[in-house]
Amino acid sequence: MSETDLTAQDHDTRWQSLLEALRKVSTSVAVILTTLFGLLVLTFVIGRMVPADPVLAILGDTFDQAAYDRVYQQLGLDQPLYVQFFHYVQNILHLDFGQSNVTKNLVVDDLARVFPATLELAILAITIGTLLGVPLGIISAVRRGTWVDHLARVVGLLGHSTPIFWLGTMVILIFYAGLGWIPGGGRIDLYNDGLVEGPTGMLILDAVLAGEWEVFWSALHHILAPALLLGYAAMAYLSRMSRSFMLEQLNQEYILTARAKGLAQPAVVWKHAFRNIRVQLLTVVTLAFCGLLDGAVLIETVFGWPGLGQYLTAALFYADMNAVLGAVLLIGLISILINLLSDVVYRFVDPRTR
Amino acid sequence: MTMIHKNEGLRAWLLSDDFTSTRQARAHKAYVSWLRFSTNPLAFGGLLVVLILILFAALAPIMATHDPLAQDFSQALQAPSFSHWFGTDELGRDVYSRLVYGARTTLYIAILVTVIVGPIGFVVGAAAGYLGGWVDMILMRVTDIFLAFPSLVLALAFSAALGAGIENAVIAIALTIWPPVARLVRAETLTFRKSDFVVAAELQGASTARILFRYIVPLCAPSVIIRLTLNMASIILTAAGLGFLGLGAQPPQPEWGAMAAQGRQYLLDAWWLTAVPGLAILVVSLAFNLLGDGLRDILDPKHA
Repeated sequence: MSETDLTAQDHDTRWQSLLEALRKVSTSVAVILTTLFGLLVLTFVIGRMVPADPVLAILGDTFDQAAYDRVYQQLGLDQPLYVQFFHYVQNILHLDFGQSNVTKNLVVDDLARVFPATLELAILAITIGTLLGVPLGIISAVRRGTWVDHLARVVGLLGHSTPIFWLGTMVILIFYAGLGWIPGGGRIDLYNDGLVEGPTGMLILDAVLAGEWEVFWSALHHILAPALLLGYAAMAYLSRMSRSFMLEQLNQEYILTARAKGLAQPAVVWKHAFRNIRVQLLTVVTLAFCGLLDGAVLIETVFGWPGLGQYLTAALFYADMNAVLGAVLLIGLISILINLLSDVVYRFVDPRTR
Repeated sequence: MTMIHKNEGLRAWLLSDDFTSTRQARAHKAYVSWLRFSTNPLAFGGLLVVLILILFAALAPIMATHDPLAQDFSQALQAPSFSHWFGTDELGRDVYSRLVYGARTTLYIAILVTVIVGPIGFVVGAAAGYLGGWVDMILMRVTDIFLAFPSLVLALAFSAALGAGIENAVIAIALTIWPPVARLVRAETLTFRKSDFVVAAELQGASTARILFRYIVPLCAPSVIIRLTLNMASIILTAAGLGFLGLGAQPPQPEWGAMAAQGRQYLLDAWWLTAVPGLAILVVSLAFNLLGDGLRDILDPKHA
């Protein structure tokens, strides 16, 4: 074979791999787009299912038929459903989620205001859950059948089975009302409130950036209980999953080889087995984060945490559908984005996908 | 004596590997599974709690000491005592009796959701896995969309749209819980669809429906049963969460999540109003989790 043939062949395979990569990217983009589209269909349908008349919500009790018809037309309710859906998507693309009937603000402004609080809480909680849950799961896999394993199992099962809103209420009863160790709710003490109006909206981070340490400690004090509770729920799931991933690896023959070569236990576990479960762990941490948003809705309500969850439940209480659908759509979007992120990181971490 | 002898004979017949009939083979398998199950104390405890729950729900009028709806303001917010085992609430209703009737609500929701979700999961999953191609792609995209939402948030949105109430809560929870079941059935179906016995049935001219229901569905059943049992726990927790937010059962119907939520207003004066229903939710969902784990150990050894 001549040299030119080789380069031509090389050229061909390179083209092929590039095409392959492009195909993969376009498939995942298509998947994301269809999921997004489905998300919009779903929220649109939910919005139409509401039995309350949206015209009455705007007009109140006193109106004449002409006013009713005018608002009916303004809302586009006289048009066919697919036209209404098209307008809905158009509005969403312009970040127009409508106006909240309760706060009288635009829903998008409300969401921008409350979202950082939830993000702060969720990030801290998933960090706690991962840092505690993954090592616990790995240790219980390595020491299978010992007391550590049993303890981890009990902790995990309780985490799966406890209603988090109840646990939060009990924590408030014991540690706030009984012992006075934690604040009764909210994000910060009254006298520290409004001292820091930061760039990120995440109070702890903003306080550090501004060098306001008193605010920082107050915010940390407030976030600790809800973050630990949410983190506990994530930990229960993550320890269970990392245990089963680790057990699977430890039964593989390459582990036996490593042991036969005389490698010490920590090296076998952390350098060999752990490296191979990183990708799977990434996936379940993502899932745990999405699940955590569920818990956040309840925990924020219990602890009076002024985030997305509390906003959503308050909107539910007042049947403020624009706000409800905006919040739900945002949570769905976050879930999709996080899954996308894990997909991207996955490609970097897992050499087989390169 | 003959009785014992007869029992020994039955045991031997059940334990024998030397089957003389299909009936004996089936009985043998069930018996051996039962023996394995009963050696697992945690799973056994879970089963026991579930049975007690069913008993309480079925016999609620007998088990309850008071009328769960009867109000008596002179007895409001009484601490647990001999006459009111778990105290009374702000309207003077007996918390224990409400708890007993609440078991009905919980079980009603859990069973109804499972009955709705199981068939949907089977049909969608088996069709996607067996037919493949376009059907698979469309069905899986639809499940992806539902899976994109955290389940409670989606259930919240549906209940908000449908209106509060127990039937709507059931529909809302069912809508959020079917996708993982469909996914599971699809994955199981994919492992069987190229098997020799399926191909043989195809060659004999069996219809798609026959292949699905006669060959594929029974093979998926064990893992789906495990999944549905474990799902019971999350259904109960989601239902309680909806009740807590005021979207589940409506007052005065007793529901554990709503009871816990109601009690929060009196948390400092009457801790039992919140503590007791929450504990009931915890115990029952723990029991379903333990039972599901135990079933997995016997029915599905490869995932144990």
